[in-house]
Amino acid sequence: MRKIAFSFQHVSFSHSNGKEALKNINISASAGESIAIIGSSGSGKTSFLNLIATSLRPSTGSITVLNVDPWSISKGRLQSLRSQIGLVHQAVPIPPRQRVITAVLAGRLGQWPLWKSLLSLIYPVDIAGPQLCLQKLDLADRLFDRCDRLSGGQLQRVGVARVLYQAPHLLLADEPVSAMDPVLSDLTIQCLLEDARTRDACFVASLHAVDIALKWFPRIIGLRDGEIFFDLPATDVSESLLEQLYASERGVLPKQGSANTSS
Amino acid sequence: MRRMCHFRDPDALRRFSVAVIGLAILWPMMQLAQFDIFALFEDRNLVVFSNFLIQFFPPNLQTSFLVLVLKATIETLAMATAGIALAMLMAIPLGLIITYSLSISRIGPASGHRIARLGRYLARMLMLFLRGIPEIVWALLLVRVFGLGPIAGVLAIAITYGGMLAKVYSEILETENTLPARALLILGSGRINAFLYGLLPGASQELASYTIYRWECAVRASVVMGFVGAGGLGQLMDQSMKMLNGGEVSTILIVFLLLVLLADYISLIIRRQLA
Repeated sequence: MRKIAFSFQHVSFSHSNGKEALKNINISASAGESIAIIGSSGSGKTSFLNLIATSLRPSTGSITVLNVDPWSISKGRLQSLRSQIGLVHQAVPIPPRQRVITAVLAGRLGQWPLWKSLLSLIYPVDIAGPQLCLQKLDLADRLFDRCDRLSGGQLQRVGVARVLYQAPHLLLADEPVSAMDPVLSDLTIQCLLEDARTRDACFVASLHAVDIALKWFPRIIGLRDGEIFFDLPATDVSESLLEQLYASERGVLPKQGSANTSS
Repeated sequence: MRRMCHFRDPDALRRFSVAVIGLAILWPMMQLAQFDIFALFEDRNLVVFSNFLIQFFPPNLQTSFLVLVLKATIETLAMATAGIALAMLMAIPLGLIITYSLSISRIGPASGHRIARLGRYLARMLMLFLRGIPEIVWALLLVRVFGLGPIAGVLAIAITYGGMLAKVYSEILETENTLPARALLILGSGRINAFLYGLLPGASQELASYTIYRWECAVRASVVMGFVGAGGLGQLMDQSMKMLNGGEVSTILIVFLLLVLLADYISLIIRRQLA
């Protein structure tokens, strides 16, 4: 049997305002798996990813990430666990005035000793590494540009490059291609899948566009109102199941084309 | 037929009452402070006022005095600069400790966040103590320890301004977009790195300009401390005032205006560099 990447046992999560985002989730995934999470907005996709990323703590139930319970270990061990989890955020969390290379290098801050990260502010300690990551995403020429000179789609790819450079065991992505055109979003998804496959990492992505999920991912999890509606191989996901999943959006399936015009 | 709907601003009453309460508090305060602007323009007062001002003309520009002023100016600048540098040494760690967005244990919250909260509370109390006591009081205390001279002034500035800088640094960092720092903490980065890579790029301009403004304040504060024997332009001014030498006082005041102008200019240059 393969190594477990993460597992949820009876996990529920409520926001501080009392709104329940996830209810009684039981799920597990092993290393090397690639999973897409779909569901209408507000169905709990982001909370689900943040729970795996140890950015949120479950209200009830327990979580195991990379074979440890993140909320019962010491602060130091939690920090080193986090350095093995990479999350591509929905809103790219990069200061506008930072250079692309610095933003990508920041992916390894959890793994570097302090002197190395201080030195890197004076002169980048690694130039080839970030360049390679950016090259995969067709962005190598922007290595020394400032992030506020980039378009939304380019910035989103810098966020992806940071996680590629981090090279985590658990690769999470929250709507990683929402600001990209179909060609670039295919490239980016392929790049993340390839990276996870070669390093035997587990890759979980939430996606707004159903067609991207079905096209690239072997396992699909459908979330509806904070609950797992289905958890199936992509080949078993039927059209009628999807219509039920998106019942709140009047059964209209969000696809790549429509996703780009609406956002 | 569509019914016309007239919406009322639901916040109007609240805003109006805040304004009324504000005035109700302010008015008695002005009374207590004996604020009376018309007293300035009464004939008798105008005469006293202008007689006082006339003493200041012309400024004393004798070479021997200017040399003294130059020496004192350099001493004052050194005092303010050394004081601010020491203050920053205290303020940067304190500011980083109390900034919520750089707290690792708040995420979750994780184990040990009670201890971290206690640490932040103690740091806040320390800052309050440092800045709560006016620098002149610190200077009076320190003059007794170190004797007359600039060192008392330097330490007095370092202590008070350390507390002030820490408070404002953390406030500036809180108003920054906190997502980049949080994202870095989530990928296992420590507090210092989250600050350097996540918050500093956005906040550096504001942090620098506030620090320079505080340096300007320190220049002025060092004058007040000169009055209690901490050296610099203040001590010189104290002597001139005691000898009722208005010309000398006005020369010193002109130097002050020039120093503030200089601070403005330095601030502008640094902000441009960081932009």
